[in-house]
Amino acid sequence: MTAETTPMPAVGDSTRTIVMGKDTARRPEKRRKMSGTKALQYAALSVYLFFLGFPLLWLLSASFKSSQELNSLSANLIPQEWVFTNYENALARQNLLMSAGNSLIVAISTTVITLLLSMPMAYALARLQGRLRAAGTVWILASQVFPAILIIIPLFLVMRTLHLNDTLFGLTLVYVTFTMPFTLWMLQGYIAAIPRDLEEAGEMDGAGRWRVLRSIVFPLLRPGLVATAMFTFVSAWNEFFLALVLIQSPELYTLPITLRSFLGAEGQTQLGPLAAGAVLATIPSLIIFSILQKKLTGGMLAGAVKG
Amino acid sequence: MSTPTRVEPARKQKVRRIGPRARAERREAIVLVLPALLPIIIFSVVPLVSGVALGFTDATLARNADVSFIGFGNFIALLGDERFWASFGIGLIWAAAVALLTLVSAMGLALLLNSDLRLKGFTRVLALIPWAMPPVVIAIVWRMIYNPNSGPLNAALESVGIPGVNWLGDFRTALPAVIIVGVWAGMPQTTVLLLAGMQSIPPEQHEAAAVDGAGSIRRFWHVTLPALRSVIIAVTILDFIWQFNSFGLVYVLTEGGPGGRTMIPPLFTYLEAFRNREIGYASAMGDVLVIAIMVILSVYLVHQFRQAKEARR
Repeated sequence: MTAETTPMPAVGDSTRTIVMGKDTARRPEKRRKMSGTKALQYAALSVYLFFLGFPLLWLLSASFKSSQELNSLSANLIPQEWVFTNYENALARQNLLMSAGNSLIVAISTTVITLLLSMPMAYALARLQGRLRAAGTVWILASQVFPAILIIIPLFLVMRTLHLNDTLFGLTLVYVTFTMPFTLWMLQGYIAAIPRDLEEAGEMDGAGRWRVLRSIVFPLLRPGLVATAMFTFVSAWNEFFLALVLIQSPELYTLPITLRSFLGAEGQTQLGPLAAGAVLATIPSLIIFSILQKKLTGGMLAGAVKG
Repeated sequence: MSTPTRVEPARKQKVRRIGPRARAERREAIVLVLPALLPIIIFSVVPLVSGVALGFTDATLARNADVSFIGFGNFIALLGDERFWASFGIGLIWAAAVALLTLVSAMGLALLLNSDLRLKGFTRVLALIPWAMPPVVIAIVWRMIYNPNSGPLNAALESVGIPGVNWLGDFRTALPAVIIVGVWAGMPQTTVLLLAGMQSIPPEQHEAAAVDGAGSIRRFWHVTLPALRSVIIAVTILDFIWQFNSFGLVYVLTEGGPGGRTMIPPLFTYLEAFRNREIGYASAMGDVLVIAIMVILSVYLVHQFRQAKEARR
């Protein structure tokens, strides 16, 4: 029975499940007394399910409702009449598709550049010792707690000086810089998990460092790289604050900025197309997160434990 | 956390033994690190340093304007700026409330996910969705839910005879309403971290307690909670700092309104810098926020350090 209670993937090891199995098997007489607790647990679980799930369902249902229904006071989750024009209307707005394209360009190039730049450094952090490693770790941690608001003001000036403000390329470079602490943290965890003996064996056979990296480290790193790439993509796709400050031209807006501009003044908002656009903007991240679900804890912990 | 310190001495000896190779390794390290270091320096270190420095100037957003150092002028002005300190207080309430409520609700969810219930896999996937959603979309969804004229919350209230509330527009309800959204958005991460912590508790400890006749509540209190202590403290401090720095959610939900009731400090600073164009003054605000965060962090680090010292004894 406890076999189904697999621990969070990649966190607990399989031996633990076996031990836990013994644990419950030893006291079967307690099972019946527990049923009251069980009922309570299910009640609590359904409260959580409702709290977490309702906003999503509401968004989905709103995207299929007619504008009359959206503007009336009703708590119906199932639309009285299914309307599909919200999606058509959302997509027909030129700027929505254009900003989806902008978001896609920025997110993909951020992912590629971030990985290319952080792989060598992650390797250095994981394998080389001494002050560099300590400094790198401190910087990675510090960057997690620094208020972006302090950096954004001078960053805006730096970008203006470099003529990179209000360009997608500039935004990409900034995203690269700001996701790198996280990708470095994840990647160095994955690299540290690769046994060093493998590399030393390669060196013994006369392969140089780059050869070792290319034919031993990178292939073993592929799963970790994929997970890190997906994370980078999602964080660039979802990002709002930096784009709000750095992009001014409407034709360069990313998707979150355009969606926010649809909100407009209260009362003028067309809720249906807005909901449809919000659903569309969420889909890429949701797909990636459902693939990543199992890696999620694994990667973060690999960084934490092996760091 | 303690493993690296144990490994370190062995590695250092190795370096000393190979001597010249260490120097080659250092050169190699520079080559490996440089590509990543360049953008970090240009877009992160330089802005950071000049951001701190800007706080001591009267800079504005205008191009080619004369900028002069005015010493602590901005900070003295800030001391008497009631709107800033009101915003600072709101920021503390917002961050503390979100961090603590997230901790409590995530703890409950993690405990449920850690026991053998049906629907667990489904809940786990559902619980992660807020993490994947763009903050702007989260804010849009909750604006719909809170909408006084067409939101399901007021519809439900009015169907049982309670008059509706303008959740995000009313002075009393705006901040609590925004805090709930913060908890909704922050729960997934905290749950995952707590769950991972729970699963690293050796089951023998629970077994031993169970043999001694401890019920599930006492086992939670005497086994789970002490074992999770350091995770709980770290997660809560991090949550607090992240929330204190967060911007997008509240900006899209209320833009600081009504009447500044949800004007968290990053929002206040943003408006000062990019609407009033007073970037010198805004940077001084940023400096004050950094100091506040460093104070909180150092309290935590001193605590950690003391614990590590005790553990070594």
